[in-house]
Amino acid sequence: MAIARTWKSHSVLPGFGLALGFTILYLSLIVLIPLSATFIKSAELSLGEFWAVVTAPRALASYRLSFGAAAIGALLNAGFGLLTAWILVRYTFPGKRLVDAFVDLPFALPTAVAGIALTAVYAPNGWLGQWLEPLGIKVAFTPLGVVVALTFIGLPFVVRTVQPVLEDLEAEIEEAAACLGANRWQTFARVLLPALWPALITGFALAFARAVGEYGSVVFIAGNMPMISEISPLLIITKLEQHEYAGATAIAVVMLVASFALLLVINSLQWWVSHRHGRKQ
Amino acid sequence: MSSAVLTYSPGAIRISAATQEAAWVRWGLIALALGWLALFLFVPLAAIFTEAFRKGLEVYWASLVDPDALSAIKLTLIAALIAVPTNLVFGIAASWAIAKFDFRGKQILLTLIDLPFAVSPVIAGLIYVLLFGAQGWFGQWLSDHDVKIIFAVPGIVLATIFVTVPFIARELIPLMQAQGTEEEEAAVTMGASGWQTLWRVTLPNVKWGLLYGVILCNARAMGEFGAVSVVSGHIRGLTNTLPLHVEILYNEYKFSAAFAAASLLAGLALVTLALKSFIEWKTGAELRASNEENSHEH
Repeated sequence: MAIARTWKSHSVLPGFGLALGFTILYLSLIVLIPLSATFIKSAELSLGEFWAVVTAPRALASYRLSFGAAAIGALLNAGFGLLTAWILVRYTFPGKRLVDAFVDLPFALPTAVAGIALTAVYAPNGWLGQWLEPLGIKVAFTPLGVVVALTFIGLPFVVRTVQPVLEDLEAEIEEAAACLGANRWQTFARVLLPALWPALITGFALAFARAVGEYGSVVFIAGNMPMISEISPLLIITKLEQHEYAGATAIAVVMLVASFALLLVINSLQWWVSHRHGRKQ
Repeated sequence: MSSAVLTYSPGAIRISAATQEAAWVRWGLIALALGWLALFLFVPLAAIFTEAFRKGLEVYWASLVDPDALSAIKLTLIAALIAVPTNLVFGIAASWAIAKFDFRGKQILLTLIDLPFAVSPVIAGLIYVLLFGAQGWFGQWLSDHDVKIIFAVPGIVLATIFVTVPFIARELIPLMQAQGTEEEEAAVTMGASGWQTLWRVTLPNVKWGLLYGVILCNARAMGEFGAVSVVSGHIRGLTNTLPLHVEILYNEYKFSAAFAAASLLAGLALVTLALKSFIEWKTGAELRASNEENSHEH
C-alpha cells in the first residue's frame, strides 16, 4: 500500500475544517496559551533562583505532603475500591443500587463542602473525632486529615475503572480454575487479580493525579501549618498573596511537570487496558 | 464437553459452589465495604444536613436569604450559565472533528482536551492572574482601558470554563465514535446540509450522553472552589460564589450559616447523582431493547 500523502483520510461529511479549527482555537485561548504563561513567567527567575525557590525546605515539605498523602490515599482507594467494585458486581444486598450511585458523590460534591463536612466529622469534637481523640488519634488539623480528604476525593476512580472489567470477566475461567482444584482464594489471586491489574493501576493513577493538585477539600481539615500540614497548592496561594508571583509560578511549574508526566502515564495505561481487552478472545 | 458435565446435576452443583464464596465471607466483605463507604461518604453527607439544621429552620432560612448569600447564589448561576453552554459548543465541535473524521495527531488532541483535569485548580486560577492580573502580561493595558478581569466576574467565569473544558467533550467523543458515520453519510448523500445532519441525525443519537456531560459539567461549574478562589479576591456581594461564601462563613465560625449554604450545594450534588443514575438506567434500558430487537431479527 502506498503511504497516504495527506494527514487526513477522505470523508464526504462536511464541517471538518470548521470543527477542528474551532477546537484548536478554543483550546489554545482557554488552556494552552494561559498554561504557557507559567513557564514564561518562571523564566524571569535565573536558574539558580528557580532552584532555590523550588527546593526551599518549606517547598520540599509541601511536595512530601502533597505527593505522600496522595499516594497513601490512592493506595487505600485501590484496596477498598477493589473491594467495593467486587461487592457491587458479584453480590446482591439491599440498597445496592443506591450505594452504587453514591460512589460518585466525590465527583458531584463541591470540594469546599466536602472539606467542611469531613472537618465536622473528624475534628476532635466531631462526630467520629470525639471517639478517636481518647485513642490518641488526631485526624483533623494534622497530616492524617490531608490523607482523609485526599482519600475522599479519589474514592470513585478505582471503583469505576475496576467495575466494568470485573463485569466483563467470563465465568468460565473461574469455573476452569475451580475444576482444576484451585480454592476460592487461589482463583482470586492467580486468575482474577492478574486480569484486574491494569484497571487497578489505572484507577490508582487517576486517584493519585486528582489528589496531588487538590485544594478545596484539604484546606479546611489540614490545619495548614508550614512544614507540617501545608500542601503545595496552598503554598502557591500563600506566595501569591504575598505578591511573590515568580516564586508561586516556580512551584506551579514543578507541579505542572509532575501532572503532565502523570497524564502521560495514565494515557499509556488506558491504552494498555483497552489493548489487553481488545486482544481477549 | 464441559456442557455435558454441567447438565449432569452432581457436578454442576459442586462447580457453582466452587465459584461462590461462603456466606460469612460474602457478608463480611459487604459489611467491610459499606463500613468504608460510611466513613468517607455517608457520615460526612449526613453531617452537612445535620449541622445546617442544628439551630432550627429559622436560622437556616435566614442564612439563605441573607443578601450576601443571595448574591453568591446569583454569581454561581451566572458563571455556570456561561461556562456550560460555552463548553457545550466546544464539546460538540471537538467530538464532530475527532469522532467523525480520521486525521493525524488525534491522540495528541485528545490528551490536550484532558489537560485541565490534570492541572491543579489553584494553577488554573494562577494562569489567569499571570495573564490579566495587575502585574500580568495584559494588566497594564486592561487598567488603561478600565477593564477588570481578575478580582471580578470575568475572571471567575474564565476559571470556571477552564476547569470544565473536558466534561462534555469526553462524554461525546466515545459515544459518537461508537455510532460510526454511516447515518451522517446517508443524510449528506441525500442532500442534507452539515448543520441539518448535526441537528437531526448526530445530536438526537447522542442526546443522553450530551445531557450526562452537561449535568457533570454543571455540577463542577457550580461547585468549583480552588480556581475561583485564586481569581475572585473574595469581595462580598460582588465576587463571591456559593463555595467561596461557604468558606468565608466557616472561617468566621458562623458554622450553621456555612453548612446551610453548603447544604444547597450538597442538594445540587444529590440531584446530579439522581439524574446521572436515571440517564444510566435509561440508556441501559434502550440498549437492552435494541439488543432484544436484534435477537428477534435473527
